[in-house]
Parts: sequence; C-alpha cells; structure tokens
Amino acid sequence: MADAQRVDRARILAWLQDYGVYIAVGALLLVNALITPNFFSVANIQTQAVQVAPVVIVALGMALVIGTEGVDLSVGSSMALAAAVLPLYLGYGAGVAIAVALAAGAGAGLVNGALVAFVGIQPILATLALLVGGRGLALVVADGQLKQIENPALLSLGAEDIAGIPILVAFALVLTLGVAFLVKKTTFGRHLVAVGDNRVASQLAGLPVGRVLVGVYVLSGLFAALAGVLASARLTASDPSSIGNLIELSAITSVVVGGTPLSGGSIRVVGTVMGALLMQLLRATLIKHDLPDSAGQMTQAVIIVLAVYLTRERAT
Amino acid sequence: MTDRSWLPLLRRYGSVVVLALVVVVASVAFDTFATFDNFRNIAIQSSFPAIVALGMTFVIISGGIDLSVGSVFALGGVVAAYGSRWGTVPALGLSLGIAGVFGLINGLLIARTRLAPFIVTLATLLAGRGLLLSITEEGSHTYLVPRDSFFTLLGQGSIFGIGFPVWLTLFLFAVAGIVLHHTGFGQCTFAVGGSEEAANLMGLPVVRTKIGVYLLSGLLAGLAGALNAARLSSGVTILGVGLELDAISAVVIGGTLLAGGSGHATGTLAGVLLLGVIQNSINQIGTLNSSYQAVISGLFLVVVITVQTALGERRTR
Amino acid sequence: MSGSFAIVDLVEVSKRFPGVRALDGVSLQLWPGEVHALVGENGAGKSTLIKVLTGAYRPDGGQLKYEGRAVSFANPMAAQAAGISTIYQEVNLVPRMSVAQNLFLGREPRTRFGLIDRARVRKEAAEQLAAYGITADVDRQLDSLGVGARQMVALARAVSAQARVVVMDEPTSSLEPREVQTLFGVIDSLRARGIAVVYVSHRMDELYRICDRVTVLRDGRVVHTGKLAELERVRLIGLMLGHELSEARRHAHAGTSPAIQGGTPVLEARGLTRKLHQRKVLEDVSVTIQPGKVVGLGGLLGSGRSETAKAIAGAMPLDAGDVWVAGAPVRTGSTAAALRAGICLLPEDRKGEGIIPNLSVRENIVLAAMGRLSRFGVVSESRQNAIVETFIRRLRIKVSSPEQRVRELSGGNQQKVLLARWLCLNPKVLLLDEPTRGIDVGAKAEVSGLIDELAQSGLGVLLISSELEELIEGSSEIFVLREGRVVKHLGPGEVTEAHLLAALAVGSPAEEPAHHG
Repeated sequence: MADAQRVDRARILAWLQDYGVYIAVGALLLVNALITPNFFSVANIQTQAVQVAPVVIVALGMALVIGTEGVDLSVGSSMALAAAVLPLYLGYGAGVAIAVALAAGAGAGLVNGALVAFVGIQPILATLALLVGGRGLALVVADGQLKQIENPALLSLGAEDIAGIPILVAFALVLTLGVAFLVKKTTFGRHLVAVGDNRVASQLAGLPVGRVLVGVYVLSGLFAALAGVLASARLTASDPSSIGNLIELSAITSVVVGGTPLSGGSIRVVGTVMGALLMQLLRATLIKHDLPDSAGQMTQAVIIVLAVYLTRERAT
Repeated sequence: MTDRSWLPLLRRYGSVVVLALVVVVASVAFDTFATFDNFRNIAIQSSFPAIVALGMTFVIISGGIDLSVGSVFALGGVVAAYGSRWGTVPALGLSLGIAGVFGLINGLLIARTRLAPFIVTLATLLAGRGLLLSITEEGSHTYLVPRDSFFTLLGQGSIFGIGFPVWLTLFLFAVAGIVLHHTGFGQCTFAVGGSEEAANLMGLPVVRTKIGVYLLSGLLAGLAGALNAARLSSGVTILGVGLELDAISAVVIGGTLLAGGSGHATGTLAGVLLLGVIQNSINQIGTLNSSYQAVISGLFLVVVITVQTALGERRTR
Repeated sequence: MSGSFAIVDLVEVSKRFPGVRALDGVSLQLWPGEVHALVGENGAGKSTLIKVLTGAYRPDGGQLKYEGRAVSFANPMAAQAAGISTIYQEVNLVPRMSVAQNLFLGREPRTRFGLIDRARVRKEAAEQLAAYGITADVDRQLDSLGVGARQMVALARAVSAQARVVVMDEPTSSLEPREVQTLFGVIDSLRARGIAVVYVSHRMDELYRICDRVTVLRDGRVVHTGKLAELERVRLIGLMLGHELSEARRHAHAGTSPAIQGGTPVLEARGLTRKLHQRKVLEDVSVTIQPGKVVGLGGLLGSGRSETAKAIAGAMPLDAGDVWVAGAPVRTGSTAAALRAGICLLPEDRKGEGIIPNLSVRENIVLAAMGRLSRFGVVSESRQNAIVETFIRRLRIKVSSPEQRVRELSGGNQQKVLLARWLCLNPKVLLLDEPTRGIDVGAKAEVSGLIDELAQSGLGVLLISSELEELIEGSSEIFVLREGRVVKHLGPGEVTEAHLLAALAVGSPAEEPAHHG
C-alpha cells in the first residue's frame, strides 16, 4: 500500500519537475494578462524578450555543462572578458572584434575543461578559479574602464530587428534550436547525455569522455562570450566591471527550474528557456506593480530550493 | 606505501611560507611597504574578510560550502547600523540575531534534507539580498551610526595603536584553533568532512555538527559586517558582493581542502593576509590596475588546487 | 566453553525485502570466548544477518537475544553501546584524521576544563595500539598507514568500546600474511577475555586456523552449524554452493572436440599482475582462449575473476602482463585500445557500469557504435533502427518499443541489451562477468543459449559465473583462481563438478588437493 502511494507521489513529482515550469510561466502570463495593463503590447513583449535573451544564451551553455554533472561558475567572467576585448579590436572591423571576443570566451572554457577533464579538479573549484581570475583579467585588459561603442555594425546588432524580431532575440532563438538539435541529434550531444547519466559505463563503452567534457565547457564559455558581445552592443558600451554580474546564478536557476537535474544525464532545452522566462516574468511583474525587487529575489530563492528539491526526489 | 607525512606539514604551513616570501619580496621592492603604518592598514583591512573566512573554514572542513556569507555580511552591517541608535548591545544583538537565523536556515536545510550546500546557500544568498533591499528601501537608504557612540569604537578604536578589529580577529582565530583541535565539536567537523559515512557509523552527532558549522559561519559573517559598519559609521548596502569568493579563495589557498576533512585556521589567516598583501603591493606599484589582484588570486587558486589534486587529494567518489 | 549462557541468541530470525526473502528462520548462537565463522556465497544472507545483529536492520520475524534478554536495537549506535562492535572490510574510519584521533573519536579523554586532553589521547593511543603491533607515530594521518595497520586501528577502536561481541567482516581481505598473524594474535587475546568473535570470510585457510565453530548460510537459511574441525573443506564448499558431493553428477561438457592446441588463440593473456595497496589483486594470471570456445573462470568470492576480466578489457591498469588478440598485441590499461582490438566486457555490475539508465534501449544498444553510425556527427536514426531491430529480434529482447527507457526493462532484457551493444562492434572476444546473475530462470536459459551460439560463430568467450552448474555446462575448460592466482586448469574431460569442487577446496600449496577421480 505504501508502495503504491510512493509510486503515485513519485510520478506526480516527476511530472512537476518536467512540466512545472510551463505551468508557472502560464500562470504568470495569465496573471499579467488580467492585472497588468499593456502587458501584451508589442513594445512590452519586445522589451521582455530583449532583456531575457542574454540570460537564455548563457543558460543554454550552462545546461550543457550541468548535463555532464558539472557546473560553470565562470560564465559571468567570460562575458566580461568578451566585453573587455571587444573595443580593442574594433579597429579591425566588427567581425574581427567579435571573433576575438568569442575566442576569449572559448579559451576560458578550454582552461575550465582541461582542469576538469584532465587534471580531475571538481567543476566548482575549477570554474571558481576562472570566475575570480577571469573577471580580473577582463578588468586588466580594459584598464577598468567603461568604453563607449561607436562601431555602427556592432551597434546595429544591439538595436535593430530582423523580420520584426530584435537581433538579440533572434540569436537566442537560433541558439535554442541549435542546442536542441545538438543535444538530441548529434553524436556529441548523445555522448554528452550518456556521460552525464553514467560516466563509468560510458568510459567502458569507449566514449571519448575527456573530449566531451572539454567540449561542454568550451561551449559554455563561447555562449557566455556571445552574450557578452550582444549585451555590450545593446548597452552601446563595454563595461567589464558590471557586465554579467551574478549571471551564473540566473543561468543555474533557469536550468534547474526548467527541469534539468544537477546530477546530469538529461537536458531540457526548452525547459531551460522557460526557466529563464519565468524569472524574467517574475521580475517584470513585480516591477510593473511597484513591488520591491527584494520580493523578487526572495521568491527566486524559494523557487530554486523547490526546483532542486523536486529534482532530488527523482534521483534514485 | 609512500610515507606522505610531509604532506600535512606542507598543507598547514605552505601558505605561511608563501606569505612570508611575498612579504620579504614586497619589502625589498617597495620602500613604502615595510612600514608600521602600512602593515597596520593591511591588518585592519584584512580583519573583516578574515572573520568571514574563519567561518567559511569550518564549513569547508565539514565538507560543505557557504555562498551566503556575502549577503549575511551586508545584512549584519545594515542591521547593526540601524540598531546602533539604541546602543551597542542592540546593534550587535540584532545583527548577530539575523545572521544566526540565516545560519540556522542553512544548517537545517542542509543537514536534514539531502540538498546540496551549494544550492541551499545560493538560495539564502538571494533571500538575504532580497531582505537587505527590502529593509533599506531597495538599497537607497543608508543607516548611519550615531557619531561618538561606543559602537563606533568597536570599529575605529585601537589598542596599542592597532585597531580593535585586528585584536578581535586574532582572538577569534585563537579560539577557533582551540575549538577545532580540542573540542568534540571540532573533531566532529573534521570527521564529517573526512568521511560522513564513517562519522555516521561511529555514532557521531552529524546533524548537530552540520547545523553548528553553518550557524557559526553565519554568525561570524554577521559579526564582521557589524564591525565593518562600526568602522564606516554606516550600513552600506552594496557591500559583500563576491565576499564569499574571497573567503573561499583564502580558505583554499590557506591549505584547507575543499573536499573537506582537513584544514587549519592558521592557513586561512595566512591566505587572507596573502591576498591582502598582494592587493597592497599592487597599490604600491600605483600604475597597475587594481584588478590584477583578482587575476593573481585566480592564478593562485588554480595552482593550489592543481597541486592539491595532483598530490592525490581528490575527493573520493 | 565457559558453560555460561550464550551471549547472542538469534531465534528463527527472518527478514524480507521487496521481492526477496533475505533471511528465513535463521537461528544462531554465540558463546563467550568463541570464534564463530559465518560463511556463504553472494546473496546467501551473510550481510543481512550481520546487519540484524548489529542493529542496522530490525528483523521481521524471530527474536534477537543479547545477554539472555530479548533486545531490539534502534540503530547501530545502540548495538555498539550495548557491546556489539563491528569492523568492516572497508575500514570505516576517517582517512585524513590522525591515528590517535580516529581511535578516540567521540570519546576523547578530557582535561579539567572539558577540553580534549591531546597529550592523554596520544599517550593512550600509543599504548593501546602497541598491543596490536602498531608502533607508528600515532599523530600520523590514518591513510598514511598501510591498509593492514588501518584495519588494526579499526579493531582497536571496536574492542576498546567495552565490546562483548566483535563482528569482523572480511577482515583480512587487504592484509599481508604478517598482518594476518598479528590479527590472529589479537583474536586469541579476545578469546581469552571471553569476547565472542563473528568471523565472516571466504578464505578457507584462515577459517580453519582460527575459528571454533561455523554456520553456513545459503539462500537465507542455515544449512549447517557446528564445530569447524569436524567439517571437511570439500563438504563445506559443497554446502555453501548447494552441491552435496554424494550427489555429484559427473558431467562432461557436451560436444567437446579434441582440444585444438594448435592455431592462434583468439585471446591470450600472460602474466597479468596488479598490486593495490600492497595487496596482490592479480598475480601472474595467464588465460588462453581458442576461437569458438567458451573458457570458464572459476573461483570463490574475491579470487580475482572480475579483476582478470577487467584487466583484459583494459578497464584496470596492470603492473605487468601482456594481452594478444589473434596474435596481435593489445595495449593494456586502455579500454579504447581493448575495444579497438575487439575485446568487449559485460561487467558484473550491470546497473552501475553497464546500462545508461535514462537512455532508450536503442541508444544503449548503439552506444559504443554511435560514431560509426552517424553521418558528419549527426545521428542517423534510420541506420540505428536497422541494427537495433536486428538485435531485438535475434536476441529476443522484450521491449514495448526501442524507445523504451532501458531502466524499465527486466534484468534479463537489460543484459541482452548490453550483449547487443557489444555485438554491434563485431567483437573477437567477449568477457562475460556473471551474465545470468539476477535473471529469472527462463531468461537465464536464453542467455546461456546465446552464449553458446556466439561461441560457435567463432568468438572467444570468457565466462565468469558463481553458479557451478552454469560454469560447468557452459565451458569447455576452466581456469580456477584463488586469491589472484591461477591454481588449477581443468581441461576437457576434467570439467566436472567433482573436479571443480576439489579445485576450489584446495588448501595452501603444501596440502595435497584431495582427488575425487
């Protein structure tokens, strides 16, 4: 009897873990539809989307890392590095500058990956070191200064639309599709999931575990760098001291709330996006009703604990 | 079996040796470094992160981590500033009280459920920030400490020319050393971090120990925040962001293993001082961006962790 | 025996878990000052019995009497407080704390002010441990000592807690002969003090040297209890494994062709040696498999069979030894190299090292071959499906669909999925470690049949099984291992129960193995 009850409870919890975030997002949208004037205006939708896009991009990379049972605390610093490097190379054209910025992020990811995969350092520690050192490096490179961006090509990335969608948002959408494809349909993605689910079995089956691990951290750094470039473009300034601050927390929250377990082995791409959206909507709802930011942060805290608790129940 | 008895010695005193080396090098390189005034400044500036790192030392030895210390530090400062209008005891009482509540929440959640300390203290970090904002009108209001109140003495007063916070820090570290090595609680902390399974089988009070270390960490962070408010004569709200990282870095560089089970208060003190001295040296150079400190910290971290891992201090799966 | 009452009296104790009856009406008595052996193969109920005795489990039926009174321990701590101490195979102390600290953890002597008296801790630790042959500095970290010394510290701790019963679970598995001697000396002194010792081990030599009485468990029941000196080794093993020698069937492997000694063996492993923490895991093990043959690896628990398989498959690094597949050398210590050479291992721990639980049956099957089946890094489901369907049919894997999650399958079907995974790679050598463990009877027969089929198609198969029947019926020859060494090779004609039992019962090399021709 107790067994049957336990099975039911497990099934409900599992369902909540997978789909809870959709319900929450839906509920928030509904609430706003009812009590917030002009919530569904095009202007507002665009604003919300643009604000959440960088978080989504970073969270997508974070989801890949968490899928291998790891974590990447250094994403904010990778953003800062990219932002710092950007103005230095704009003289060669926007394309080159962006490429170097992306390379910087990927480089940070490479260091993370090597430390985790080949030296065997715990992901928290390795990415912690990059977190501390990376932002410092970014500030050194930028000489601690905020620099205005005047390059028109770059600025257009932040300001213009494609087919009515802000470019930032378009990037986020494309990346979401890309990561979904990666996870579901590529050998690398399937290897990733296998490694996260059962590393020993994957090793015995001859999977290139080291390469997979390095790969996810490189991707995470790369995505963070992209977010840094886009955010700077929108901000029309490169501000390495404040860009990406605490974004690792937002990213981890989005991933966890979206139903991806910290223990790895299963990645919910759309869920991650929903998780980011949920947090964004939460904040927006509070702001629009003059509720203090503090309430938002506290609610976020509760949501994280709930989400992880639900995930933990599943892992047996 | 290789006799690795030199390993604990290295871990215990490695950071002290490095600190001594860096101090020597800096004294030689900069004229203005090796002065009483400069050392005094370094000492007092390091005392606040040192107190926070002391609490973090306990948590990390027990195998956990506390990301909320930055928020608790800030909260402690603001609440102390607020309460200082009624006197020193209310100021300290309020800040320690709220810090204790946060520590208890952390400890209870971590010890009773199987949630990872990382996530739980992440949540309290956010909750703490939120609370901070709400009691300071979204960060805009700064409570001031009444001038000439006894409370300010705690932060600004000095004995024999050395700031009171420094003496307090030394005192706390001494007590911590005794607690760690001469009390059951201290031994349990090592045991829980070294092998929770063994600790359980030996019948040690694991839950109580875990709650204890997080409570301690919270209280110390709050105390540091209160002292800081006393020194600045106000409760500044933007402080403490990233403080947990400094604390963790100091603890790890000081030789305590992040995996738990081993550590020394002395090492942490050396770690904090080391970071302080590096920062000071960079300032001495004057032309260098102060952010180099972060880069060097990061590098130190990587080196120390790599060495620790290479020497086989990996956390056993 | 002192003539006093039994210090521990288990009366008809039963313990169930979902789906399995771990203990069924077990009765056992422990007398003060006796050393009582507890033997049985995997799954016989030994560990459950120990857990009931030490308070980790509460029995569902029957009674536990301690010092003459019925007791029910709430948890291991209560049992310990009452005087029942345990030392485990895995030393359960805190590795990074010092020897002295470990000894006194939780009950340190205090000074007047209530603080721990470190000087006394050090002094008394040194005194106590000297009696156990440990002269090392007690301030050393525990894990800087050898495993044997660590075991002694654990024992000293267990005994110092005013124990009246000490349970030792595989205490010598990591000890050197010299350390075993010291341990036996300590056990003798425990005996003299009237302390009862429960000695769980599969090492026949030791049991016969140190134990007074023995209880044999099988399938959760007591099949024998009595004085050890009155029980022949061969009979003891027979009781453990469920084969009474008087009923031994002389069973030669069907269809044994005259041994093809010529021709290149499909697998040849020579001199495999591996030492871990001063313990000889493998010592000069050599195994040869001809194509089309199934070679069995026999031995009791802990004899090194799984380690041999892992070593051949590159999953365990070797200190020495070489492996050849079809005459070509294979780099040891690398699973990738072994896989490339055509060696595939079906591990003993299906759940932990075999299946990827949350992935589908399809993905588990193609896991190792995914790279080959993909086009430019993109998974080709059509190619995968073709192969998956073939194997599902050929191996008769029962699934609702190839997309079903593999964790939902029965043990037998999971095993087939793992087999399919390796077959995708067209292996030359299959190493099967307990392939039919935990599988129902019907599936067992299927899997055994599959193994024969595979061998006949030219593969070389190494079969490890704790079930004598399966080993005998499935193998054309058997290498018998004991404590990491090959002690006997049974060729065609010698693969019978009688021979195998005799080989397993062999005592120390000085003894002559009894011949039951």
